[in-house]
Amino acid sequence: MEFFVLSLLNGLSYGLLLFMLSSGLTLIFSMMGVLNFAHASFYMVGAYVAYSVSIKIGFWPALVIAPLACFLIGAAVERYLLRKVHKYGHVSELLLTFGLTYLIVEFIRLLYGRLPVDYKVPAELDGPLFQVFTSTFPMYRGFMAMVAIFMLVAIYLLLTRTRIGLVIQAALTHPQTVEALGHNVPRVFMLVFGGGAALAGLAGVVGGNAFITDPGMADSIGPIVFVIAVVGGMGSLAGAFVASLLIGVIQTFAVGIDTSLVSVLGALGVKVTPETFFYSVWSLKLSQVAPILPFMLMVLMLIFRPKGLMGTREG
Amino acid sequence: MRMNTGRLAAASLLATCLAAALPATAQDKVIRVAYIDPFSGLMAPVGANGFKQFQSVAEHINAKKLAGDYKIEMVQFDNKLSPQESLNVLKQAIDKNIRFITQGNGSGVALALQDAVEKHNERNPAQSVLYFNYAAVDPDMTNSKCSFWHFRFDANSDMKMEAMTTFMKTRPEVKKVYLLNQNYAFGQQVQRAAEELLPRKRPDVQIVGKDLHPLAQVKDFSPYIAKIRASGADTVISGNWGNDLTLLVKAAKDANLNVNFYTYYAGVIGTPAAMGAAAEGKVFISSYWSTNAKNAALQHYLDFKKKYNEEYYTVASWNILHMLAASVKQTGGADPLKIAKALEGMKMQGPLGEIEMRKTDHQLQQPLFIGSWQKKDGKTVKYDVENTGYGWADLATFEPYVASQPTTCNMKRPG
Repeated sequence: MEFFVLSLLNGLSYGLLLFMLSSGLTLIFSMMGVLNFAHASFYMVGAYVAYSVSIKIGFWPALVIAPLACFLIGAAVERYLLRKVHKYGHVSELLLTFGLTYLIVEFIRLLYGRLPVDYKVPAELDGPLFQVFTSTFPMYRGFMAMVAIFMLVAIYLLLTRTRIGLVIQAALTHPQTVEALGHNVPRVFMLVFGGGAALAGLAGVVGGNAFITDPGMADSIGPIVFVIAVVGGMGSLAGAFVASLLIGVIQTFAVGIDTSLVSVLGALGVKVTPETFFYSVWSLKLSQVAPILPFMLMVLMLIFRPKGLMGTREG
Repeated sequence: MRMNTGRLAAASLLATCLAAALPATAQDKVIRVAYIDPFSGLMAPVGANGFKQFQSVAEHINAKKLAGDYKIEMVQFDNKLSPQESLNVLKQAIDKNIRFITQGNGSGVALALQDAVEKHNERNPAQSVLYFNYAAVDPDMTNSKCSFWHFRFDANSDMKMEAMTTFMKTRPEVKKVYLLNQNYAFGQQVQRAAEELLPRKRPDVQIVGKDLHPLAQVKDFSPYIAKIRASGADTVISGNWGNDLTLLVKAAKDANLNVNFYTYYAGVIGTPAAMGAAAEGKVFISSYWSTNAKNAALQHYLDFKKKYNEEYYTVASWNILHMLAASVKQTGGADPLKIAKALEGMKMQGPLGEIEMRKTDHQLQQPLFIGSWQKKDGKTVKYDVENTGYGWADLATFEPYVASQPTTCNMKRPG
């Protein structure tokens, strides 16, 4: 029971961090049709900016400054780069963001070196939040979850309850009409791209010190964000939310389960011994394959339900 | 015209290359040692810090002229912790006319390098390469896969486990053990050695769980912590190193997991800082180095700490470069074959007592030490580690014969 509750809490808090990352990606994709390869790079930029700010003036200002910095960088990328290649189609945009990932990672290496930086959890959040049977649940994980939920609510309200949100939604489906009504659609695009980058930056601020801040952090988290976007359904914010929690929980629980195909087949009456063909595959425990489960889920999803859990477009 | 500029460019490039290559052959009084380890990725801090430690020893040797007229120079190569990349940089090092290499992080890398060096030397006996292994501890490298061109200066994982389990005989509180290791050659060897040696030394101890996790990829160890707690273990044995141990200890601290950790590499950069006060009395280490050292390495440790504000713990660098310097002096040159022969059976005063490079398998025989993480008190713990106020208290020092292992090595010797 203790294991179950702890794993569920761990899984949910990790899932919520993943959501912070994938929401920005999904938002940009649904708005502009641009699959932003550089999204995880903004996560890294957020973490590094937060590190620099936190050693100078503290963590709390960093929580505001780093996403703002990401917003400005994101908006500049849209205004001066993406908009220029927009007329050449989606492949050019994709390649542009792909190239951007290399630029950003090399730039970070030049500035901060190749080693992880010592980005610490603030002292006031370093401690236990509550007791689960005999374990404690760290306060910082609770804080991470809170930030993610706050963000979710804020985006929801922004998109459905404000004027700018209505314009964004309208521009999503009828850009020409919105433009004819006198709204500046390119500027809306710029805001959305910057906003998506800011969300990734926010995830970097709270994820960087919970895990590790090094130039490899974008590479290690990038693939999983795409998995979430695909599993949740391209462009669906609700889908991204469900998929993030699902993947967070699956990965956490899988680590705790030691079942292998040998024991499954054994229960079915099939005997598998070390002499059996491909024994090393059959004897892999679920806990060992945990890191690749999300990718298996993505492949299965693409085969059986290409539009994802809550996606609207086919294929 | 286009053609001409192209040719001109090629010619000038060739000329620069030649110019760059010439001084290298002219400087015959310099022995360059290629340091092949990760300088990027999750384990980069370990690689970068190790290089600094080697360099500091080289400076010490050069200042004291321990290698006679020769000077030792360390050259760094980033292998990104990948066996494939390591073979590429080995080629680069050989092309740069470097005849000595050293590597330590990752037995996967080490096995690939050992094999590549063996093959290279077979094909190019005139340009033989010598491989000093300072920390890759897969026992196979000095047993079934042993090679004349490979010398291991760390104690292999079986030796460390032998010392650790011998020590556990005196610890009745160890009852339920959990094995958590990295899923590659080394981690699997630690798990196997623990499963083999524990029942022999402590038949009453129960192994309640074991896990292998991917090397240098796990960012969040909390699921593993939940699993260890569910298993009811009171002790965790882990060969983890670098960030794999740092993040593990951090996650255990966050979840308030009350178990003892028996480790090989809790002294490696970053881990002591993560342990801090929370790990007091809970983390044990099986190592060949302690700050109770009796030789000049201790002074070097203190100097290093003063200069860089970092720990000097890769003491194999001390042993390697001192033995290298001694054999250079002895043979009067830097011929890898002669040096290798001089190293066989060489004895020296190590930090904790006499050390000997065993001739049969090229595995260094040395005393091993078991320490526990305690508050610095000036007596049992004289020096704190990474400015934490805590350091390693000496619980036991074992003479080389205690941890010594028989070898199945059947070495092919040149000539």
